[in-house]
Amino acid sequence: MTLAVFFGCSFIAFGPALGLCLFSVVREPLRVIILVAGKAIEGLVALSEDGCSPISIQQMAYVAGLGFGLMSGAFSMINLLADALGPGTVGIHGDSQLYFLTSAFMTMVMIFLHTFWGILFFHGCETQRWWEMVAVIFTHLIVSGLTFWNPLYLGSLIPSYLLMFATAAWAYVLSGGCTQNLLRSLQGQQSETSPQPGS
Amino acid sequence: MLRKEPLCLRRKDLFCVAIIGFHRAVPMTELSAHLPQFQHGQLTENFPDNHLCNTNDNSERRRHDNSERRRNDNPESETNGQPQNRTQQVVEQDEEDEELTLKYGAKHVIMLFAPVTLCMVVVVATIKSVSFYTRKDGQLIYTPFTEDTDTVGQRALNSILNAAIMISVIIVMTILLVVLYKYRCYKVIHGWLIISSLLLLFFFSFIYLGEVFKTYNVAMDYITLALMIWNFGVVGMICIHWKGPLRLQQAYLIMISALMALVFIKYLPEWTAWLILAVISVYDLVAVLCPKGPLRMLVETAQERNETLFPALIYSSTMMWLVNMAEEDPEAQRKASKSSTYDKQAAANQIQNEDADLDDGGFNPEWEQQRDSRIGPLESTPESRAAVQALPSNSQASEDPEERGVKLGLGDFIFYSVLVGKASATASGDWNTTLACFVAILIGLCLTLLLLAIFKKALPALPISITFGLVFYFATDNLVQPFMDQLAFHQFYI
Repeated sequence: MTLAVFFGCSFIAFGPALGLCLFSVVREPLRVIILVAGKAIEGLVALSEDGCSPISIQQMAYVAGLGFGLMSGAFSMINLLADALGPGTVGIHGDSQLYFLTSAFMTMVMIFLHTFWGILFFHGCETQRWWEMVAVIFTHLIVSGLTFWNPLYLGSLIPSYLLMFATAAWAYVLSGGCTQNLLRSLQGQQSETSPQPGS
Repeated sequence: MLRKEPLCLRRKDLFCVAIIGFHRAVPMTELSAHLPQFQHGQLTENFPDNHLCNTNDNSERRRHDNSERRRNDNPESETNGQPQNRTQQVVEQDEEDEELTLKYGAKHVIMLFAPVTLCMVVVVATIKSVSFYTRKDGQLIYTPFTEDTDTVGQRALNSILNAAIMISVIIVMTILLVVLYKYRCYKVIHGWLIISSLLLLFFFSFIYLGEVFKTYNVAMDYITLALMIWNFGVVGMICIHWKGPLRLQQAYLIMISALMALVFIKYLPEWTAWLILAVISVYDLVAVLCPKGPLRMLVETAQERNETLFPALIYSSTMMWLVNMAEEDPEAQRKASKSSTYDKQAAANQIQNEDADLDDGGFNPEWEQQRDSRIGPLESTPESRAAVQALPSNSQASEDPEERGVKLGLGDFIFYSVLVGKASATASGDWNTTLACFVAILIGLCLTLLLLAIFKKALPALPISITFGLVFYFATDNLVQPFMDQLAFHQFYI
């Protein structure tokens, strides 16, 4: 396997997530801490109560979800990427030749899903809607179950991506977005509503 | 344990820094926990002539205690003796608070993340590529018992004995340093430091460079090599012990920490290394927190004398400005000291305005509005600063216009890197284990800084991170890795 495979797979898997990181997390030191340490800093919740909150609960949900996603993706992919740098031929014993590629795509979808699940879960906890939390857990189980169909990649990747888009739309709506804003942003105009977690 | 306003730190709070300085006579340096250090009011230049600034400030409101750990080295072998000094700054809080939000602290946590990460990345990259540092070429004289034994019990016993010897040497050296410091043998200590820096910057970097060239099969003649090493070493000595650009000084400190960690990784056998890490954390905890601990005694002695110790062994993330000096020309003072890590500024009217514009340290305009609405607009003027300066040095009042600077001792860098490096060298889980240990150390650092903000006294930085690191290492290597392996084999995702 070549450097091209290595870089290609790593960018497929981590490119969007790192882009999200770069544009929304890195500039705010607090967000970086939450990214690393997760929800462990309970004090921040107290901060948001007395009004001098440097970070909103939605942002925290987003960053925590992104952190979880990055960790899970890193743990899935990193040994693969290390092996991709070494010698060998993919699928020489009759397995699928698309192993690295599909792993990279699966990792990407898992990172995104974790991010959205974070937002949904936090929202469910904040608004006491237990069914949102159950839905998050349920979809997680579904996506993991779908991977049992590997190496039948059509059966695992495509439903996962569909689920990811559905979860994305749900998280978007929960964070205060609406279709008008989406259309406006796609057309390059300013959005008027409150900033979304990603901003 | 959180206080009632857990995240709003008092602006004047100083984080107590427990630094175990290290002596670099030979490869071993130990620095132990450093806590980020905010200096109120008095900002001292964080250059190597830091101690000069501090000794000049007789009326500083804050006291520094630096603790350093030194090691004695024999020329041939690495020694582990390290005297420890601890730097501790205690900040008094005002009744009416200007409160520091966590954002301010967060920025400084990030300022520690970056160098620690960089050091670990350098160590892991070297371990993975240069086989010299994973090759067994003997052991130090301080770990005389071999681990190539016939039985597991014998191996365990040997490693325990090795760790015991190492820790005893460290304790002896620490006490030696305390004694030297108490009897004001500064020249001895300085000489010790200089010799260790020389050995690190010249000899060990020469070995490192040689091994890197061998790994990548680069042809090099001795003349070019001598020139490179000479330049590297001399510039390093100047940067570290005297003056130099901040970034360069930081880079050198990271490099020598990485070199030291690599030597540790090479010459400590496996079980001994883990045991030493664990015991060092416990020792750090005891030495820093017990009333009769050597570190604490060092800190108190330094506090009495109102001086700092050996700033060359401390990593500082920003320059600290010299505040006060109402007698001094504010312009000259600002120009002399103003070299922020973020930008250089031309003359500005007020230091805090400049900072607010370009490097607000987390105090963004929203924060300032909140502060103003809560306590009214407050500005520090030279007059107010002079007035505070004039207070007796053990006064509890404190007005600080600016706090800057996070310091971390190099020993912490070294031990964090040793843990991650050993994990990457010897783990069967390979990258998963390395990643897990890396994240564990960062989380431990976060928590340590948080505890520091809460307790406001000197706390060791090693125990939490190393404990997390060790737990994560063994858990990931033995539990998580086989599981992840099977998952990856079948391409299941959880």
